[in-house]
Amino acid sequence: MIAGSNLEKVINSGNFVVTGELGPPKSSEITQLKHHAEEMKNHVDAYNITDNQTAIVRTSSIACGSTLIQMGLEPIIQITVRDRNRICIQSDVLGAHALGMKNILCLAGDHQSFGNEPGSKGVYDIDSMQLLKGLKDMRDENRFMGGDELEAPISYYLGAVENPFADPFEYRVDRLEKKINAGASFIQTQCIFDLDRFEKWMELVRERGLHKKAAIMGGVTPIKSLGAARYMKNNVSGITIPDELIDRLKGAEKKKVEGLNICIETIQRLQEIEGVAGVHIMAIAWEEIVPEIVERSGLYPRPKV
Amino acid sequence: MIIAERKPLEEIAAMAAPYKKICVLGCNTCVGICMAGGEKEAAETASLLRIHRNKENQEGEVDVFSIERQCEFEFIDEVLERLQGYDLIVSLACGVGVQTMIEHVPNLRVVPGLNTTSMGYPTEQGVWAERCLGCGDCVLHMTMGICPITRCAKSILNGPCGGSAEGKCELGDDIDCAWQLIHDRLSSFSRLSDLTEIQPPKDWSTSHHGGPRTTVREDVRIDRGE
Repeated sequence: MIAGSNLEKVINSGNFVVTGELGPPKSSEITQLKHHAEEMKNHVDAYNITDNQTAIVRTSSIACGSTLIQMGLEPIIQITVRDRNRICIQSDVLGAHALGMKNILCLAGDHQSFGNEPGSKGVYDIDSMQLLKGLKDMRDENRFMGGDELEAPISYYLGAVENPFADPFEYRVDRLEKKINAGASFIQTQCIFDLDRFEKWMELVRERGLHKKAAIMGGVTPIKSLGAARYMKNNVSGITIPDELIDRLKGAEKKKVEGLNICIETIQRLQEIEGVAGVHIMAIAWEEIVPEIVERSGLYPRPKV
Repeated sequence: MIIAERKPLEEIAAMAAPYKKICVLGCNTCVGICMAGGEKEAAETASLLRIHRNKENQEGEVDVFSIERQCEFEFIDEVLERLQGYDLIVSLACGVGVQTMIEHVPNLRVVPGLNTTSMGYPTEQGVWAERCLGCGDCVLHMTMGICPITRCAKSILNGPCGGSAEGKCELGDDIDCAWQLIHDRLSSFSRLSDLTEIQPPKDWSTSHHGGPRTTVREDVRIDRGE
């Protein structure tokens, strides 16, 4: 056991782990976020809280994480390297730990030009790999990135993201391995719509035994409408949606029902793929559907570990 | 070389509006080669400025000439007297040239006629691509001659990131993913295994982040004596 978070315990128990995602609002009014957290609290093992996702200014991940802890729930803090240098990142990690946060997801973040402050200066002092390695060394070697010692030990469970749908395809498994070597204990993938490509990627993952070194969680997103699918296909960086899926939605009478079915089928298939340890459900702007997804996917009730 | 492009005429005209004796001063080296501020572009800018000022009924005159380099005192010295006659110099040099001018001739009023964009080279006629950020600690030996600091939008040292698709950057199809290029070149030299090593955080203190930089070479300095 590294940090003793619920996420880590469920992963270690061998149960198929389920995480949800909460996107903080473009205000400090977080009642809705708390409401969504409450809504799915019996259905997920931990909650990702995004860090100014798509480079849009929102309440901070750590602030919302603190609120979740007060509610007795477990956050997975997201930290991107877009907006903070290594001084700020390490300081935030100390603060998050002081407030009781035990899971950290390390990522690069969408480029600032996509968001609502396109004229801002991107930081990118370090990259996501260096972030993982730096935080691992803070935890395991008790030293900051600059070499100075921490005055007291720190502990957290580290995760990373990987996108099996980005290019070059063959390198995606090398990069996963690199992230695991850098310190990732769990991996959440980009939204899976192209299951064939994901399965091909998992084959390569298993060949190298990487699924035994880190918990690989498949990312899913229920699609609410044809427009949402098209939008994601064309505008969201790193997402691939096959034409067959678009056609299936197009042919469906009730798009919402079909989108939900697709999501649940995906999770069911993920459970059958050797080496997939869990699912990360990103029901952006459709958070209330998460309990139904989890139940219909046969993942309810969640284990008490 | 240094790449620049001319500021919009309206912006130049607004800067020049309060002045009567104006000189558009071209620079024939980098910005001459990238067709932004050389002799030809200086003449063109001066003509446009004259027409604009005529239309606006602004009095005065707009002269034009060029020097070899505005970023070296020696070249400025050659036209020192000539420059003194003007209320305003619209410098068509890069930002370095403008600053060299005012440092060397402090009583001159010099405004920039160009926006300096980058250090790079022409990839084809009319297209100049950024290739160096001047970070002060070159990594090209590790990346097969392709600079990830400059050419990756996130200056990633352990790329490519999850936004790389079909060889292009997440910022748009007109930008090549630098790490795809590095990956392909490593692959063609059978050196893909180079990518397995985790590159540590870069020491940015050699770059502008360490503060404004001055390069001193004691071995070539002229000893001015006591």
